[in-house]
Amino acid sequence: MSQSATPAFPKHLLDFRDWNRTQVESLLETAQMMQEVLSRPVKKVPALTGFTVATVFFEPSTRTRLSFELAARRISADVVSFASATSSTTKGETYKDTLRTLDQMGIDAYILRVDAAGVCHQAYAWLQKPIINAGDGWRAHPTQALLDAFTLREKLGSLEGKKVAIVGDILHSRVARSNAELLPMLGASVVACGPATLLPGSLPGASLTTDLRAALAEADAVMVLRLQKERMDKGLLPSLPEYVAGYQITEERLQWAAPRAPLLHPGPMNRDVELEGTLADSPRSLVERQVANGQAVRMAVLYHLLVGKKG
Amino acid sequence: MKGEILIKNAKLVDGRGEHGQADVLIGEGRILSLSGGEASTVLDATGKVLSPGFFDPHAHLREPGQEVKEDLQSGLAAAVRGGYTDVVSMPNTTPVVDSAEIVRALKEKAARLGRARLHPAAALTQGQEGKVLSEARLLREAGAVMLTDDGRTNEDAGVLAQGLQYAASWGLLVSVHAEDAGLRRGGVMNEGAVSFRLGLPGNTGYAEAARIARDLEILRYVMEGPGARGLQPGRSLLHIQHLSTRRGLELLRQAKQAGLPVSTEVGPHHLTLTDEHLESLNPIYKVAPPLRTQADVEALMEGLLDGSIDCIGTDHAPHTQDEKELDMLRAPFGIPNIEVCWPLLYTELVGKRGFPLPTLIERFTDGPRRLLGFSPVHLIEGGEASLVLWSPGEERPVEPHTFASKAKYSPWAGWVLRGWPSVTLVEGCIVYLQQENR
Repeated sequence: MSQSATPAFPKHLLDFRDWNRTQVESLLETAQMMQEVLSRPVKKVPALTGFTVATVFFEPSTRTRLSFELAARRISADVVSFASATSSTTKGETYKDTLRTLDQMGIDAYILRVDAAGVCHQAYAWLQKPIINAGDGWRAHPTQALLDAFTLREKLGSLEGKKVAIVGDILHSRVARSNAELLPMLGASVVACGPATLLPGSLPGASLTTDLRAALAEADAVMVLRLQKERMDKGLLPSLPEYVAGYQITEERLQWAAPRAPLLHPGPMNRDVELEGTLADSPRSLVERQVANGQAVRMAVLYHLLVGKKG
Repeated sequence: MKGEILIKNAKLVDGRGEHGQADVLIGEGRILSLSGGEASTVLDATGKVLSPGFFDPHAHLREPGQEVKEDLQSGLAAAVRGGYTDVVSMPNTTPVVDSAEIVRALKEKAARLGRARLHPAAALTQGQEGKVLSEARLLREAGAVMLTDDGRTNEDAGVLAQGLQYAASWGLLVSVHAEDAGLRRGGVMNEGAVSFRLGLPGNTGYAEAARIARDLEILRYVMEGPGARGLQPGRSLLHIQHLSTRRGLELLRQAKQAGLPVSTEVGPHHLTLTDEHLESLNPIYKVAPPLRTQADVEALMEGLLDGSIDCIGTDHAPHTQDEKELDMLRAPFGIPNIEVCWPLLYTELVGKRGFPLPTLIERFTDGPRRLLGFSPVHLIEGGEASLVLWSPGEERPVEPHTFASKAKYSPWAGWVLRGWPSVTLVEGCIVYLQQENR
């Protein structure tokens, strides 16, 4: 983990606006090294000894929070966590007050999950400390995109010239937005597919289609997104069976994609809704690999923002 | 001659045009002479322009009930600093301004403050609930100049039709926030490429156009349909607030050409900012209707020029700093702007785009006065001395901490503007005098 080779990194991971390909690739290389750490009997290195990291989750999450906390501990950071699932209208005030209070306790970096786009940017403006966006509303979930890219590279070798199809509720998906930002930076093309009511009018980095067959055609990988049932209450979907009939990823439909195209899902999955349950457990599925890689990627992100920035 | 004011060497520009330089003698609330005279107070206006005082048909002064955001004292002080001599206050306060008593109390308090003149708008429906019409005649007698449920949209077309009929019979303009709530879908910014990219709920411009189209049909029904009651208003009957879209403007233009008594206003933010500013994810730009695209801005500029847009309304909407520091979903809609509206539009429209100065002044003065049935203020001997003296040459950045408004933030903070008002007079009395050594 030579610091001299580390390019000047942004002091935050709010999204990929301030990141370039070299920085991302360097980060993914570090993740590779972190993966090696995770394969050891003693899965711990002293890289962040003396640093304190806070996970501040204003929106419920178990998997992402655990992944970040373990990642931080495996590189020897102290971790505190704050979780609040309140829905008070003054939650924004809570964000600022909570963060400022925590900041008096000597926190070195914040991992923040919120339900509204932009709060991570506000937090960075308030604190001027490394902020890692662990999901802000519909906007961005950059570590998910990084772990997806890492997993795809592991499977496909390189992303150069590869086609990735993202299927599901694109409109409300921070995973789709972050992947559409990151994957093209690494050479892939992205096509996003879903029913018209769940597609935005445009998505930078991706082409959009309502035609599942066209989206899957020759796709080198298929990323399936979770469908939230509350979209039905908002009139965006007539019913789940209607969605399943048009967009569920099945064994049969997966044949439209390139042979052996892997299947990704950011989880948690609704089995037999967005994809056939048996597919999730098939050799095509990288879902478990994504979870494992998530830890290595998050270790790399923390390392780069806290230690790598000195390089 | 006690109490008289002489403004020396002022360049005179009103809504009718530019009238050269003059020494303006003011007394008894009127312009006594345009060729000088003796006075106890003499103001040197060399390099400055004298114009009729500005008239804001749309401001939120938050009193009663939300004085933590703004009150009459701070709001009207902010107004005169912006060159306004007259302000129409919106009724979406706590309680709602829907009774003659509240209108009277507001008028009396504002008169005591001695800043800009206050003309309260009252609710179109009781409690702004969109069901029962408020007491238009009593409200008019108390001093209300307009009826509106601003802050809410009039969902029930029948109530709006009755409101138009009833208000018109008492000479009151009905002003509406035109936006289809269903089509808006809880959007917090303009629906478009930027909202898609940022992952923020979008509010389509078609929500405005769809509601304008509906409201124009209601107006047509009231004027021409079987529901017509022989109304023959000499002026606008339906006023569309804070127009923001090209499509909305097209609909209004057609309606005006067809002779419907409709009018509209545009706010300074919709002429100078776009949804691209939301890229910063800063809720300071969160406003309703939302900031639109450059194409909309260009269309609004044209509409302002050709008169399809009648006037500038600030939609001054102050909030507390804490509220505006909430996130994009929870921060309230609104921008405080009454102090910067004139220098902003003078700088951006006249200075940078060559917009004709008298036309811009017309939209700040005669335009709004005409809608509400007020006489124009012109720079003629015998004319009312409700005036503003402003400095086209003085450049100064927007510094929100100096605002008289309680809302000390601004999307234009740091913008360097010209045209800052230095003196505001209401009926011959100086209500604002800029400190020269600021």
